Amino acid sequence: MRSFFRRAVPGDSGSAPGGTAIPDDMWVRCPRCRELTYAREWESSFKVCAKCGYNAPLSAQERIALLLDEGSFHELDAGMRSGDPLRFAPAGRPSYHDKLAQWTADSGLSEACIYGRGRVDGIPTVFSMLDMSFFAGTMGSVVGEKIARACELARDERRPLIICSASGGARQQEGSIALLQMAKTAAAVRSLGRARVPYISVLTDPTLAGVTASFAALGDCVIAEPGAVVGFAGPRLIEQATGEKLPPSADTAEFQLEHGMVDMVVLRRDLRAVVAGLLRLFLDTAAIRSSRPLSDGLLQVPEDEPVSAPVVAG
Amino acid sequence: MSVVLDFERPIAELQKRLEALEKQIAAHPKPELEAERGVVVADLERTRRDVYRDLSPWQKVQVARHALRPQTLDYAKAIFTEFTEFHGDRAYADDGAIVGGPARLNGRVVMLVGHQRGKGTKDSVSRNFGQPHPEGYRKALRLFRQAEKFGMPLVTLLDTPAASAGLADEERGQAWALAENIAAMAELQVPILTVIIGQGGSGGALALGVADRLLMLEHAIFSVAPPEAAANILWKDSKLAPEAAAALRLTAQDLVDLEVIDRIIPEPPGGAHADQAGAAEALREALVEELGSLEATPMDRLLSQRYAKYRRIGTFYE
Ligand SMILES: [Zn+2]
Repeated sequence: MRSFFRRAVPGDSGSAPGGTAIPDDMWVRCPRCRELTYAREWESSFKVCAKCGYNAPLSAQERIALLLDEGSFHELDAGMRSGDPLRFAPAGRPSYHDKLAQWTADSGLSEACIYGRGRVDGIPTVFSMLDMSFFAGTMGSVVGEKIARACELARDERRPLIICSASGGARQQEGSIALLQMAKTAAAVRSLGRARVPYISVLTDPTLAGVTASFAALGDCVIAEPGAVVGFAGPRLIEQATGEKLPPSADTAEFQLEHGMVDMVVLRRDLRAVVAGLLRLFLDTAAIRSSRPLSDGLLQVPEDEPVSAPVVAG
Repeated sequence: MSVVLDFERPIAELQKRLEALEKQIAAHPKPELEAERGVVVADLERTRRDVYRDLSPWQKVQVARHALRPQTLDYAKAIFTEFTEFHGDRAYADDGAIVGGPARLNGRVVMLVGHQRGKGTKDSVSRNFGQPHPEGYRKALRLFRQAEKFGMPLVTLLDTPAASAGLADEERGQAWALAENIAAMAELQVPILTVIIGQGGSGGALALGVADRLLMLEHAIFSVAPPEAAANILWKDSKLAPEAAAALRLTAQDLVDLEVIDRIIPEPPGGAHADQAGAAEALREALVEELGSLEATPMDRLLSQRYAKYRRIGTFYE
């Protein structure tokens, strides 16, 4: 699917949706229902299929254009790159080092997560998103660290946090270090919560396993995009493991709405207005205006025990 | 069901010889037989030590899964007094894959929560082989809150291959249940002491294991996914699990080097399944010692140290 876009839409990762560089006669095939759409129409509808309603993955630039005020996003820690905590290099198999290099070359990205300050309808926020096009959006040290920093920045500057997730789960090549990013990010979300700063979690296709089961599930409001595969194991893995044939609706955004796991399923064209409306509701309370924290026991690193910089040498 | 692992054969053979000798001695005691017994006993001890000193990661996986390896309820009986099991999540069901309730450790009341794999076919099936459903995690969360309410230190014992992953688990929000527990443990206002006693598999283990101190029995494992699942994700072949087990660095010794765990609790020679009482005593000593030091720390400091402990995990360049 990614390679198809690259062929069909030149400069896909760099051009804003509705960009004028796309020739009239180019077609895009919906990855879900196979329907053909004019590339220009596809882009201007933010990659929502007119026939089946599928919300195809957006690049960071596209997601930012969809959600944030124009020119308001300023990325932080863009150069952060993963170390190799396990020195993962089993004989005769691709090493983690090589895999990282390959994903970087294929996607043009340095990692699966970005974060920074940005505004939604004039409201200052911290925005972060995961990108399936780098290592299937999997969470390792960099994703975990960026999400934790996004939470702490939002907490310290009292800006609401918005995270758009898309991930296959924990990154196996980082082993238990990846697993523990679940605890690190979930704790950071709670630290934000104790400061009474709102967090809106947007689940996009697909959001699974260790990412759903940590920060992505913990939004004050959890929004899912129509048709997105969202859940724990995901339909493919369940079918493999149990041999049972699942209904096509299993683990979709709509399934999770029905079972009480998400608050709403929101059309892409409405997303910015819905998020802005939510933020106004959350922010317009006496407690928030007076900046009073929830209670004692604030979660943060003690002042006399600074976080030892987890930077690796060489 | 065979409970002798391949690499334990030399131990099993010596044990058989010893048993035969003892029968002979009981029937017709002779000094030569006594002398031979002494040799066999020494040989057995040495063989046990040698085999268990250099277990490969995949052998450790097998030991961690051993049918006779003690489980949470064994330790509840051996180490604690007045363990009183509570049932149910007050919303859907009781899940036998997680057990818990208040108990006394050295006289001090604590909340004990752990995974239970089950013993024998029927018990194991009813406990889903230690793979909890969402209601298991929600029962645990109920007990965490109760521990906080009454100021009981929380002791958790991890022993699960992974959280259950079927359609029913999705319908009841497995990912949400795990996330709520992980987050709740990060801010729970009582000391938390976790010991990985068998398999510490993936988010299903972590959802009982966000702690002030993370301990591990010598031959337990702790992993981002069960080795079979990891091999499937990495190389699309679950039969490569032994290779995955090595690459994932899931042994206690590796995890000390990675600074993931705080302490290894030594097991008796031949592993916990060879000497359950010895394993329980080693675990008891470690729990009492660690709880003592945790309880001496003010809660505010404990909470911020707990936050810092997880906050600093990760390896990256910037
Ligand atoms: Zn379509």
